[in-house]
Amino acid sequence: MENQVKLTKLASCAGCGAKVGAGTLCRLLEGFDTHSDPKLLVGYDKSDDASVYAVSEELAIVQTTDFFPPIVDDPFLYGQIAATNALSDVYAMGGEPKLALNIMCIPEKMEQHTVQEILRGGYAKAYEAGAIITGGHTIHGAEPIYGLAVTGFVHPDKLWRNCGARPGDVLILTKPLGVGILTTAAKAALVEQSLLDKLYTQMSTLNKYARDVLTKYSVHACTDVTGFALLGHSLEMAQGSAVTIHLRAEAIPYHEEAYEMASMGFIPAGAYRNREFAEAHVKVLGNIPLPLQDICYDPQTSGGLLCALPEAEAKACLDELQIVAPASAIVGYVSEQLDAALYLE
Amino acid sequence: MQIIDARGLSCPEPVILTRQAMTSGADSYQVMVDNNTSKENVTRYAHHQGYKVQISEQDGEYTLLISK
Repeated sequence: MENQVKLTKLASCAGCGAKVGAGTLCRLLEGFDTHSDPKLLVGYDKSDDASVYAVSEELAIVQTTDFFPPIVDDPFLYGQIAATNALSDVYAMGGEPKLALNIMCIPEKMEQHTVQEILRGGYAKAYEAGAIITGGHTIHGAEPIYGLAVTGFVHPDKLWRNCGARPGDVLILTKPLGVGILTTAAKAALVEQSLLDKLYTQMSTLNKYARDVLTKYSVHACTDVTGFALLGHSLEMAQGSAVTIHLRAEAIPYHEEAYEMASMGFIPAGAYRNREFAEAHVKVLGNIPLPLQDICYDPQTSGGLLCALPEAEAKACLDELQIVAPASAIVGYVSEQLDAALYLE
Repeated sequence: MQIIDARGLSCPEPVILTRQAMTSGADSYQVMVDNNTSKENVTRYAHHQGYKVQISEQDGEYTLLISK
């Protein structure tokens, strides 16, 4: 590694693992006065990925922001991953990002070259996404932070909320899990470089390509799996849709090395926060090994899309998705609301 | 009994320290941590290595007695 600054040494939590827990967030956001507006199609009441406001009958604006401390030491890669993650929220709404603003915090002593490489990573991904970075804001601070505030557009009728899942739908996940566990294990030098390279490629792969495929199908609900993990984001989808989501443990795609690392206790704090938030709503059927449960609670940085669509379309959709997102898999199905919002079976 | 004081450290440092200590091959270890994540992670590691774990808590600090 040529970089003199070990970026991850400057970060107390890695990537989306730094995210404030869902339970804490709910409490922080209680009780504020807000205007109601019929043109606000998605606000924060359903814990969705982005806010959406109808400008006209044909056009809605999608707004979101996401940023985190370094998850990798290579500044260009860090910029790419942070931007990919921020852009993802627009794709999760079915939209296309168009404008973005840099959000950045840098230690005063950070070398100019390092800062520029982080930004270059962000610009590269925004360019690939077809979005334009038009400005931003940078402050000094002890811990580096980078991300984007993103504006995108979607047709109001083609908007994917996280709360439209219907009984009879199946769920597709487009990227494998285990990123949080493996990046934690990497701090103990227990992960081979070839696997890390695979993770880096995964985290810097835009969800644009999966989104473009999904637009051809009847997506009823969509979200991206990030800091709240598969179970946390599935829980939001199940509760918002007033259904029960059944996740089939043996069908969930994950990096197999993450299983061993989870069983050895290389699990980020965010996974335990996610468990604390979601566990009461999860009914575990049968003997699901603890490491696999931990993987389902593992916060993902720049994770894949999780979408619900009719079973009749699932096979064709999956075949097409696997061309652009090879790990895509059908991970479960949706039923009427039962005694728990989530079944892990 | 080997004592490992991992208080004030966050994941994955307590597991790394426990792992290093266990290369000594002692029969039992006492690990002190001060957060739930470290308690859970060190417990998982000890179980993975075939040890039993007894946990006691006082004022938000955990003592893990790890033995064969």
